This record gives sequence, structure tokens and C-alpha cells, in this order.
Amino acid sequence: MITLGHYLVVSGMLFALGLAGVIARRNIIIVYMCLEMMLSAANLALVGFSRFHLANGLPDYTAQSLVFFTITVAAAEVAVGLAIIVALFRSKQSVDVESVTKLQG
Amino acid sequence: MPPLLFYLFALITLGFGFMVVTGRNPVTCALSLAASFVGLAALFLSLDAYFIAVIQILVYAGAVMVLFLFIIMLLDIKTEEGKKLNMPAIVSGILLAVLLTLQIIAVVGSTKLAQKSVQDTPLALAEAATKIGKAAALPTITNDLKAGTLPDAKLIGFTLFDQYGFHLQVIGLLLLVGTIGVVVLSKRERSAP
Repeated sequence: MITLGHYLVVSGMLFALGLAGVIARRNIIIVYMCLEMMLSAANLALVGFSRFHLANGLPDYTAQSLVFFTITVAAAEVAVGLAIIVALFRSKQSVDVESVTKLQG
Repeated sequence: MPPLLFYLFALITLGFGFMVVTGRNPVTCALSLAASFVGLAALFLSLDAYFIAVIQILVYAGAVMVLFLFIIMLLDIKTEEGKKLNMPAIVSGILLAVLLTLQIIAVVGSTKLAQKSVQDTPLALAEAATKIGKAAALPTITNDLKAGTLPDAKLIGFTLFDQYGFHLQVIGLLLLVGTIGVVVLSKRERSAP
């Protein structure tokens, strides 16, 4: 018997994996991928709540609209972020997060 | 969806997600992420969110992953071999992840809402056809509901354009600004002669 809790735990574990990757990895591109994973984990929780909170016998489509907006924003964010990574690579010849320490003083 | 399939797709999602975090080669990481997103789309399907599942495959596994792979190959990023690992960051990352997971499991275990199963909350399509409010003005939605199929994309579209029309325009503007921003960012600076 699959309950809402199962979906929430999978969503939480995916988010935690992404968080660990963002903290531990040093390759900026992989950090970006982990960020995407965290956004998707939040989407899974939203869709789960939408299915299990019925409004008039139908899933709650407000939550799925929010997922739609999240996916759109994530796509825009990836495009801009990758352009920044390319610009960074041009000036530093590296995608290591520790090669960018100009603001450290 | 049978429980076995749920566990299979959850395993695909989390297993490939783990490979993204631990992989040494960026190309492997990107392909694992695509596989993880496909597993996630299957979980969306099991939640009767067909439109979101298709969007997940098209936008994430399609567009976003191609963009990632393109940048990885364009920049010709080598596998990070022989570099020493950043031990404090790895230890704190694992610790935070484990703590967060345990906390979520504890909260989910003690919440009554989380004990609901799909059998407890069946979709009532024929019943919903009579009380969908303003959406009843569109006969295509009512007909689908009466026929016993879930008009998923139609209902999301109706919700978006009925309640969130302004937000939709703001998102369109955001995409435009993003496109212009990318063009400006990737333009090569003119070097002084």
C-alpha cells in the first residue's frame, strides 16, 4: 500500500542527495545539476500533495500549476547559469568553484 | 500503480541521483541525471499527473540535459582525477543530508495526512463532472469526465488561464529577459586595440 508518506520520503531523500552534492562537489556544472535535482524533488512533493488532496474528486490543480511555473523558472535559470559558467570558464580556464575567490578579500 | 513499480521507479530516481553526486566524469553525471528525471516522470505518472510527467521528460530530460551536455563538451571538461578531495565539505554534506532525511522521515511518520493511500482517495470523475464550477462552461472537460477519463492537460490549462493569467505573462516576460541575458552574457567582450 503506497501512501503519501512514501512519496514525501522519496522527495526528501532526493532533496537531501542534491543538498549533499551542492555542498560537497567542486565542479560548478555538477553543482548546477544537483540544484536541478533539488528543484525536481520539491516538484515531486507538490504533485504528491496535489493527488492526495482531492477537490471535488479531482486532484488539486493549483499545486500542478505551481509545478508548471517551477519547471519554467528552472529552465530559464539553467540557461542563464550555463551562460555565466561559460563566461567564467573564459576568464579562469577552469570550472572549479575554488578558482573563483575574488570576493574573498 | 502496484507497490513493486513504485519501489522500482523510486530506486531508479534515487540510484541515478546518487550517481550524479558521486560520479567523477561530468558526462556520466549528466546522463545519470537524465535517467533520474525519467524515473521521476514515472512517479508523476503514478500520481495521475500526466501533463507534468510529459513536461518533465520534454523540458528536463530533453532540453535542459542537452544544454548541460553541450556545455560539458564545448568546454571540454576533463575528469577530475588525482585531485585531493575536500574532506570537510564531503563530511558536512553527508551529515546534513542524513540529518535532513531522518527529520523528514520523523515528520512524515507522525503526520496523519501522510498515512493516506491512493485507495483512500480515489478520483471521482463522474461525480466531479457535475461540480467543477466555472470549468463546466467547457463541454470538452465535462464530456471527458463523464466518459471516465481524466482531462489532465485541459484542467491544468483551465486553471492556468482562469486563475493565473497574470502570472503566466510574468513567466513569459522572465523567459524573454532570460533569453536577452544569455545573449548579453555570452557576447565576447571587444578587446581594446
